[in-house]
This record gives sequence, C-alpha cells and structure tokens, in this order.
Amino acid sequence: MMLLQPSMDPNRKRAKSVDRVDSVDSGSESFESTRKCGFPDEVLERVLSLIDSHKDRSSVSLVCKDWYNAERWSRRDVFIGNCYSVSPEIVAARFPRVRSVTLKGKPRFSDFNLVPEDWGADVHPWLSVFSTAYPFLEELRLKRMAVTDESLEFLATNFHGFKALSLLSCDGFSTDGLKAIATHCKNLTELDIQENGIDDLGGHWLSCFPESLTSLEVLNFASLNSEVSFDALEKLVSRCKSLRVLKVNRNVSLDQLQKLLLHCPLLMELGTGTFMQELISGPVTEFKTMFSNCKNLVTLSGLWDTTPLYLPVIYPACASLTFLNLSYATLRSDELANLLAHCKSLRRLWLLDTVGDKGLEAVGSCCPLLEELRVFPADPFDQEIFLGVTESGFVSVSHGCPKLRYVLYFCRQMTNAAVATIARNCPDFTHFRLCIMNPGQPDYLTKEPMDDAFGSVVKTCTKLQRLAISGLLTDRTFEYIGKYAKNLETLSVAFAGSSDLGMESVLKGCMKLRKLEIRDCPFGNAALLSGLTKYESMRSLWMSACNVTMNGCRALAKEKPRLNVEVMRDEEGSDDSQAHKVYVYRSVAGPRRDAPPFVLTL
Amino acid sequence: MTPPLLGVEGDGQGNVSLMTSASTMESIFQKNPGLTERNYMGLSDCSSVDSSVVSGISEVKRNNLNLRATELRLGLPGSQSPERDADVDNASSESLDEKPLFPLLPSKDGICLGSQKTFVSGNKRGFSDTIDEGKWMFSSSGTDSDASKTSVQGKISAVAQPNMTKDATSKMMPQEQSHGTFGTNLNKVNASNPPASKAQVVGWPPVRSFRKNILATNSKANDEVDGKPGPGALFVKVSMDGAPYLRKVDLRSYTAYQQLSSALEKMFSCFTIGQCGSQGAPGRESLSESKLRDLLHGSEYVLTYEDKDGDWMLVGDVPWDMFIGSCKRLKIMKGSDAIGLAPRAMEKSKTRN
Repeated sequence: MMLLQPSMDPNRKRAKSVDRVDSVDSGSESFESTRKCGFPDEVLERVLSLIDSHKDRSSVSLVCKDWYNAERWSRRDVFIGNCYSVSPEIVAARFPRVRSVTLKGKPRFSDFNLVPEDWGADVHPWLSVFSTAYPFLEELRLKRMAVTDESLEFLATNFHGFKALSLLSCDGFSTDGLKAIATHCKNLTELDIQENGIDDLGGHWLSCFPESLTSLEVLNFASLNSEVSFDALEKLVSRCKSLRVLKVNRNVSLDQLQKLLLHCPLLMELGTGTFMQELISGPVTEFKTMFSNCKNLVTLSGLWDTTPLYLPVIYPACASLTFLNLSYATLRSDELANLLAHCKSLRRLWLLDTVGDKGLEAVGSCCPLLEELRVFPADPFDQEIFLGVTESGFVSVSHGCPKLRYVLYFCRQMTNAAVATIARNCPDFTHFRLCIMNPGQPDYLTKEPMDDAFGSVVKTCTKLQRLAISGLLTDRTFEYIGKYAKNLETLSVAFAGSSDLGMESVLKGCMKLRKLEIRDCPFGNAALLSGLTKYESMRSLWMSACNVTMNGCRALAKEKPRLNVEVMRDEEGSDDSQAHKVYVYRSVAGPRRDAPPFVLTL
Repeated sequence: MTPPLLGVEGDGQGNVSLMTSASTMESIFQKNPGLTERNYMGLSDCSSVDSSVVSGISEVKRNNLNLRATELRLGLPGSQSPERDADVDNASSESLDEKPLFPLLPSKDGICLGSQKTFVSGNKRGFSDTIDEGKWMFSSSGTDSDASKTSVQGKISAVAQPNMTKDATSKMMPQEQSHGTFGTNLNKVNASNPPASKAQVVGWPPVRSFRKNILATNSKANDEVDGKPGPGALFVKVSMDGAPYLRKVDLRSYTAYQQLSSALEKMFSCFTIGQCGSQGAPGRESLSESKLRDLLHGSEYVLTYEDKDGDWMLVGDVPWDMFIGSCKRLKIMKGSDAIGLAPRAMEKSKTRN
C-alpha cells in the first residue's frame, strides 16, 4: 500500500543534512533542527534498496525528509492498489527510478458483472506517462484494468527493455494485442495471461515470437481458447532454456504435452492441456515417464477432461507438488482419493465440488501440511444438481489439516456447529471465505441464522485478515466482527444484516479494515455516514443494492473532500434518490476526469 | 394439460435478507410499462385469480397426495417462510402451504439461473458475447419484506409455462427482457416464452466469468455423453410437468428403482412412480392395462423416461441395468397424460421378452 503525502513536494532538492520534519505526517514528532543524520545519501539509498515490502517502505518514507527522498530514489517496484487513488503524474514525479508497476483497477465486484463496461480503469494514461518517465520499465502487472490492443502495442513498442507482462481479470483486448507483445518485446521473460475478458481471435499470436527470443521464463496462456501452432510452441519451449513456468491451454493434448516436457527440465510450474482420450494416440503406459524429467515441479494445474485412466500419469510428479490446482477437473471422490495418496507435500489445493464430502475426507487424511483449500462449485447456477460439498466435508478437512490458513468454500448447506468445530481445529485462519450459495440461508439443521458460525471464526482466529460471509445473518454477526476481528483488512458481505447497526459495528470495531464490499444489505445512510472518519484510512468501500440514498452520499462527499464518492446509475434511469451502486475511495488525485456518464462523482 | 398456476405466498418474513428499498421494485415496474401483471391465461388482473386457483389446487392435492407438499410455489426472494427447508424430507403438513413443490436445492429464491446452458446449446460464443450477457441490469433483484410488494412481484412471476422446456432462459424475470445487453439467444427465447418466476441475482454466487464459461462448456460436454454407459456419473435431467425447474440425477448412484423413486420423491415431493416401479427388478411382469390405468388414475403423477429411440416409456418396465443403459431423460408426467404410454410400453416390453 502506497501512502502518498500530498503535502510533500517530491521535487524538493535532496539535502545532505536532515531538515526539520514538517508537514510529512501530522502525528510525527519533529526533529531538532541541529540533529544530523550520519549517513550519506548513497549509503542510505543502498540500505533502503534492500527493503522490499511496500508497507515497510511507506513507513520508511515517513521518518524524515532525507529518508523520504532516499526511499523514493531507491524504489524500483510500485504497487498501486486502486488506480484512481493517485495519478500517473504524481507517481512518476515521486518515484523516478521505477522498473516494475502493479496496478489494480476496477472494484472487485466487477468480476461478477456488477460493474458496467466502460467504467474506466484504462491503462493507457498510465502508459503514456510512463513512456517518458520510465522508458526502462520492465514489468507491468495489471488486475481488473481496461486494456486495449492499442495499449499493448504501445507498451510493446515504447518500452525497449520490457520484460514481464501479467494480465489478470482485465478486459478490452484481443489476441492481436498479444501479437504485438510477442513480436516487439525482444527481452520478454514473462507473459502471463490469466482469466481475462479477452477477444480470442486465434492462436497466431504465439507464432509471432521471433526465433531470436530465448529469454522466456514464464508463459501462461491457459485461459485462451484458440489453438496455437504446436510446432511454434514446441520450438519456443525448446529454445527458452530458462523456462520455469509453462501453462498451456486446453487444446494441447497429452501427446503434445509429453513432447514439450522433454524440452523444459527446469520447469517448476506446469499447466497441462486436455486429457481427453480421443486425442491421445498411445496407451497410458506410454506416458509413464512423462514427468520423470521434471524434478523441480512444484505446481500443477490445468488437468482438463481427466479420466480415471489417464489421470494417473501425473502420479510420478505428485510427491514434490506443493500446489495442485484441480479446479477445472471434474474428479469424483475416489479419483481424488487415489491421486492425493501420492501428494504428501501439498500446501495448496484447489478443487471442484464434484469430489464431494468423501473427496474432502481424503484431503483431510492425505494432506497434513495443507495451508490453503479452495473448493469451487461445478454448477453454481444449476439448482438442479443435488450435489456438491456440505459442512461435513469442510469439517473433515479441518480435522486432518490443522495448518489451514486460507479457505474459499462454496457449498449449499452449512451449520453453526460445523463452523465452530472448523475454527477450533484450525485457529490459524488468515483468510476465511465461506459462500453458502443460496442467499440468506440459515443453519439447515437448527434453522437459526449463521451468526454464531462467523462469531466463532472471529473469536477463535485472531489472525484473520480476510473474511467473506454468507447465509442468513443478522446484526449480531457484525457485532462479533467488530468486537473480535481486530486484524481484519478485507470484508465481503452479501444479503446479510438487519439494520444500520451491522455496518456501524464493523466500521467502529475493525481497526485495520481496508476494503469493505457490501451488496444487497439493509444498510442505509446512517451506516454509511458512521464511517466518516474511517474511509480515509481505507482503500475503498463498495455498497450496492443497499438503502443508501443520493443525499447520504452527498453528505459524505461534502464532509470528506479527499474521498471520491462515486455513484453508478443503473441504466434504466432509476429513481434519483436511491444510490444503487456506491464506490468510495481515498485519492490524492482528486475526482476522476475520465468518468463515464453513468458514474457520478459527488 | 393444465399446468398448475404458480402462486405466490405473500409471506412477509422472508428468510432472505434481500433488502432493496421499496422504491426499487416500484421503479422497475414503472419503467417497464410493457410489463403488465398477467397470469398464464393472459388476464391482467390476476390477484384474485391467483389466490383462488392456488387454493383450489392445494385442496385437490391435499386430497390426493397424502398431505405432501402441494402448492407449486415459485416466489421471488423473500416470499417464502423461514421454516422452509432445503431438503423436503420433513413433510410436515402444517407447513403445507409454505412447502414448495420444488424445494429447489438450496430451495430458495434468488439463485442465478443456469442460463449459461443456452450459450453452449448451439453456437460457440465468443467471450465478449457472454460478457454482455452477464450483465442483467438489475443488481438489486431482491425483494423487501413488504407483503404487498411480494404479491405484486408474485403476479409478475405467476406466469406458468404451458410449454415448459428445459431451456433455462425461461426462468428469467420479465425485467430482463428490456435490457439490451442480452445476447441474441436469450432475447429470442424471452420474446417467445412468457417469463418464469425465479429472480436472477446478478453476480451471485460470486464466480468469475471465466469459470462460469468453462463450466458452461463442461456441462455441454457432459450432456452429450449422457446416457452412455461408462465409468463416472450418469446425469439425466428430470423434468416435471408444469414446473419450470429441472433437476438432475446421477442414475449411477442408485441400484434399483426404489432408490431412484425415493430420491425423486424427496426432490419433487408429490408424485408416485406407481407401484409398478418397485417391481422393476424382475421387470417382466407386464402391467395389465386396467391395473395401470388404476394406478395412473390413483396417483397424480407418474415417472416416465425417454429412451435411446426417443420413445417415452413408463419407468419400471425393464430391468434396472437396461433402464440406465437406455434412459436419456426422465419426466414426471401427469397421470392423465401418461395413459397413452402404457400400450406402447407394453409392446416394447413384449418385444424385448
């Protein structure tokens, strides 16, 4: 998290001696004007350059002007959690020597279609500024940004040392943009395309990598639909000797994958293509040694269309795996159990709920080192299927995996008692995201609200940083959260609460809250305004389909000029007094200048 | 065949806290003047019609069905009582009026419909198309607990589907017709079918678009292999006349007709396979026509299936293994409609003997 002090003048000359600390931070002590800092700047910079953590660097920059300057000159890696909290000009002015930029754009609920297209978060203004400020930019990591092919082409042609591009949940571009990257970035080490709204016009982009490109270390095109030329892919893989991450898409057959693996013995992360039997030429025995070359494999994903017959080809690779992503493999419980018997070292496991509770029992018995579990729904919108996982699967895992820290669990039924047991078994949770897929569903045994479930989580798991709640919940849940979740930074709420008190409790009690996203809850203006003093210490607040009105938002905007209070109007031109989607965030860049007509900044 | 009317229970204490302000729903209605409240008969004032017909049905059903859940009730979020359970196991007759016929797992409202299926049921769609589709413009699909509001909404929703197909798009709310962001498939279907009642909750469950589309492709692949014997699950769709919702069952998870029957009974708690079903194992006992007719008259519904030849047969005629080898789809029909099947079923079983 980058804290920018608008009062700091980044262009102030770098003085050798320490000046009085004035407007850096209103709470900081002022130094005596006679004290001198013994370090020359160069030494200070050298020391500070060893600090990686953004939070630490923010703290460093607040110590005094000298340190602020030393820090800014030594900063190589900028992380901007909300692209509208700051402008590219301000960033460029403060940090002159940046090599790597991470930018996050749209509110997270845009992943679930709650944010209209053309909302913003266009990367291009950033690229324009960076092309002059950081011509030697090497890495760009974008999440939920709007990216066009023109921007990708601009990136590829204006930054000559550009090395690493990572796009997650972005949209607006097509495979033509990837062509530009492949063609022009002579030193590319990383091309990581994940789950974007990309217009897939074909797989020709991969053939655009020139013969001279041998520097690739990371290539991930698993989420692209079109088939690439296998010949081009094989040649690319064989000439990039440092390849350590390769994630191919579903079109690559097991036969083809086997050929690829011969060329990359250093591979650490592999995303397979399809295991579809029709595309496999040989019997399963032919693939026995497929993974024996890859001694360094720690991550395995892909695994599309696995069958009980061919899934075992991965067994030889399983012993050293620490992350296994089966979230696209429709495994049944017995298949999973057989597989996990080989995976003793697993730390992270992603599954589809087709494995059922029985499959989760196998997880509990086979994976004692497990720290992260994500169970995705195979059919979240299909109310017909009477399957999936229940509370009992989760409990089984908690018994066998006491080191669990991160859980994302989609289910159709849950009980308070089960969650209490889980929390007791796994007190180290830092991320607890429970999605009971039916909105407002109570404990299915007792018919009570699920308040006590989350109460037990926040009481027991004191390290909790991220929480997502679901089910039938009253204000009591929020009272618990406010009272106990003192380390909570991110909270996601949907279809919960009974009154303003709920949201108020959270805003009052959660000292470290940074991101709050709420949808379809009965929280109104009183709740919104109760956070008046808090929002500037947070990254953002999202409220949609709640009871907030335009007047409430206006009141907030009036009191807090350093917050951007944005209201999105539904296209159907709804009643003016309701504020259907509200997005509030702190910013040193002032109101957005690129807001589309349906976004109103108050 | 008269499909049962889908009434709405105006029970204010929804267990779903889908609280949008009262004005939201009103504004939606105001802004869509084309949406008059109609029931399936096209009558515009259906408040009295609904309630009377609904109560009529429930009485009939009570008489016939041993106090199982009777009323087909597909209300909008918030219109159901808190006691309603996801499993229909507790057939408690006191909550008769509130028990849904389709305790759609997880039984409540506000579940996103499987409209993704229409995406894959034909053309491959580019991702950008599906992105557009995802944006059903009302994010606040919830109701408030005001009883009058729910009944208003209920009228919108109380449009039965005489020609109910498995097309999931028929589940959409009328509001959604007016939104231009829908893809072509959905628009076409909406124009031709009267909309059904389940409220679409945008962006719930919170599954990313990429994963949603992958799942849609997967389910298409699964559908294509339905009915093929082999390892793994054998999902077949189970539809019930008059209901806009389908279920799916894994035939491989049962080993006998009785198990299938009880599972389906749990899911759709008001039909009977008929006593003929339980004798399925030897399977050769031909049903005398009169016996069958008695059964069919005696019970409201019977279970039928479509076999590989596309013929609709009564379930229970053939040995279980043969049945799961040839069953492509299940359908719970009204007894009166199934009468015509009996002779054919008998002939087929005769030829198989």
